[in-house]
Amino acid sequence: MSERQPTLTIALAGQPNVGKSTVFNLLTHQNQYVSNWPGKTCEQKTGICQREGICVSIVDLPGAYSLTANSEEERIARDFLIKCRPDAVIVVVDAASLERSLYLAAELVCLPVPVVVGLNMLDMAGYEGITIEPHVLQAAMGIPVVPMVASKGQGVRDLVAAAAVAARNPQSWTPNRPEVQAGHRQVLDAIETLISDLTPHPYPPDWVALKLLEGDEEITAMMRMQLGAAWEQVHAILAQHDDAFLAVAGGRYEWIGRMVRAAVVRPKPGQVTVTDRIDQAATHPVAGLIILLCALGLLFYLTYAIGAPVQAWLEIYVVQAGAEWARTLLSAWPAWLVGLLSSGVIMGVGTVLTLLPFLLIFFSVLGLLEDVGYMARAAFVMDRFMHRMGLHGKSFLPMFLGFGCNVPAMMGTRIIESPKARLTTILVTPLVPCTARMSVVAFLAPIFFGSRATAVTLGLLALTIVVIAGVGATMHRLFSGGEHTAFIMELPLYHIPSARRIAQGVWQRLVDFLQGAGTIILVVSVVMWALSTYPGGEIETSYLAFVGRWLAPMGRLMGLDWQMMVALLTSFVRKENTLPTLAVLYSGGSSGVNLVETLRSQLSPAAGLAFLAVQILFIPCVATVATIRQETRSWGWTAFSILFLFVLSMSAGIAIFQGAAVLGWGL
Amino acid sequence: MQTLVDVPTGAIAIVQQFQGGREFAARAAALGFTLGVEITVIHNYGSGPILVGVRGARVALGRGEASKIRVTTL
Repeated sequence: MSERQPTLTIALAGQPNVGKSTVFNLLTHQNQYVSNWPGKTCEQKTGICQREGICVSIVDLPGAYSLTANSEEERIARDFLIKCRPDAVIVVVDAASLERSLYLAAELVCLPVPVVVGLNMLDMAGYEGITIEPHVLQAAMGIPVVPMVASKGQGVRDLVAAAAVAARNPQSWTPNRPEVQAGHRQVLDAIETLISDLTPHPYPPDWVALKLLEGDEEITAMMRMQLGAAWEQVHAILAQHDDAFLAVAGGRYEWIGRMVRAAVVRPKPGQVTVTDRIDQAATHPVAGLIILLCALGLLFYLTYAIGAPVQAWLEIYVVQAGAEWARTLLSAWPAWLVGLLSSGVIMGVGTVLTLLPFLLIFFSVLGLLEDVGYMARAAFVMDRFMHRMGLHGKSFLPMFLGFGCNVPAMMGTRIIESPKARLTTILVTPLVPCTARMSVVAFLAPIFFGSRATAVTLGLLALTIVVIAGVGATMHRLFSGGEHTAFIMELPLYHIPSARRIAQGVWQRLVDFLQGAGTIILVVSVVMWALSTYPGGEIETSYLAFVGRWLAPMGRLMGLDWQMMVALLTSFVRKENTLPTLAVLYSGGSSGVNLVETLRSQLSPAAGLAFLAVQILFIPCVATVATIRQETRSWGWTAFSILFLFVLSMSAGIAIFQGAAVLGWGL
Repeated sequence: MQTLVDVPTGAIAIVQQFQGGREFAARAAALGFTLGVEITVIHNYGSGPILVGVRGARVALGRGEASKIRVTTL
């Protein structure tokens, strides 16, 4: 393929659930790159589209319902359109809910960038009994309308061609624009006259006047600064019409009504659609919970029936065998190099490799639920419970995945649209005890508590849920000033799942994980190996042991010795490392020491309980930390998460041990 | 006047007024809730979120949000 530079930039806009990402993937194939929006933690995807002699750069704007500054996505989308001025913008709309999804188009046509409508999901509209005539819609709107079924790859070629034509001929673009509802038109004109000479470049004055009338906070603040003394006059008008935003929104829907009237034939009211029938059960307070439990049951069944055995197989026959093989094959090489390769590099690669079966299963099931349209229903059913923790209903499924493995849970938070809610979920999720943490608890609890081990384990689970709720509510208060984020969410139509779309999503997430988190995991594994080996070659005299001894005074507050602190530190590489580390440290070099007996004699039940609590709340494994970094795109939040979990787990351990000491229990 | 919370399953309501600030009303408007629009209540179980049909789309609202939308029923 030729290495041509794209000459045109086309932005891709659309509301959530309209199939925009499918369109983006079809346009750009794998020719995409990801970066951050300037100054934001939200990711920007750009791709090159080359077909039929057209070479354009496509910028995927975040999904937004409107261009009012209600959310970070909406601010990013409009800033890009106004400040970077793409040559054209494609707005993808859902034919099955055309009125609602044209709302964004009604905002876009007021900007000085040519708009092309991608009328997507025409097949879905057909199933719902809706017929649409694209050319009638095109004539009414005065802008190109391209019929599409993106899930089957239909209409994409025409869409690019139409966008390229629109981009090259901006002067011939004469859209039919929405107007403010009667009664407020003079107000809008008056404001526009007052500000037109004072509006900063590159903002269009008519658009700014509209946003002022809508009460847009960002634009209002900008104009107050810009106008200085002249602001008083504008402010006086706005204060008299503080309900004008209803007239603006109403005007857009009136425009949409006019556009749609001639072009769309709807089924008679009262007709029960497939989606209605499924939702009878899926959103029912009881039946909905049962369906959700079945979906989760399926997920965990697949994890244990397929994921765990495959993981164990990979661990024994690939990772351990590989390390063994490296040691034998390279026996002539210097010892440090053999150690580096067999214990550092291969273990790091092994961590990534053994995670893959879990990731594949989780991403596939998650992708299926999302593609079918079930995800929003799960959020609907769980919202009443999640709200008590200050979280959104959509946080439930990703967090629940955390019980299996925290890594896919972190990546699953991408379904949460609000950045604040997503960040809260990412920061809370490491507190969900994954299978690896629980396996350590399952091994240690019987040693300390004998027949009461099950009760203690359940108690620890209850503790994590209480801590999650407390931390969730606190973070919510800090991030949003305790203000309750409004629960108002669209439930998309059910779709017949497309294997190609799901596979594309799974592949994308796996690639993201390998590129983003994979390298960090490898580097940290090697560093941790070095820290636990040098300078003496033994873990007892290593740098890690030095840190463990340094932490010993804090350990004593919870009845733990330095060996236990080192075991916690090595659990950073993999949670399962806790046990082998303890075995090595307590053996003191001599073989034949029984770990179970040693632990029982070294630790009182109170200290044992403190250790289990710390272990379950401690900094997650490196794979999870690397994924936090990848998903927040911020080292700051990653460092915060590590520090926060360290302090939280230590405080819990100290509180439990000191509490037990006061009560005189288990010493 | 009643709010959307009071409207039973299957009934049709017409939006008359928004309460509780411009931010909520602006978000609701983007999702299709404007003055005079017809809303079909698809599910209202008396507790938990409410599911409504508005402008051909299905939208879920928390009870707190629904109680900020004043409506009349047909």
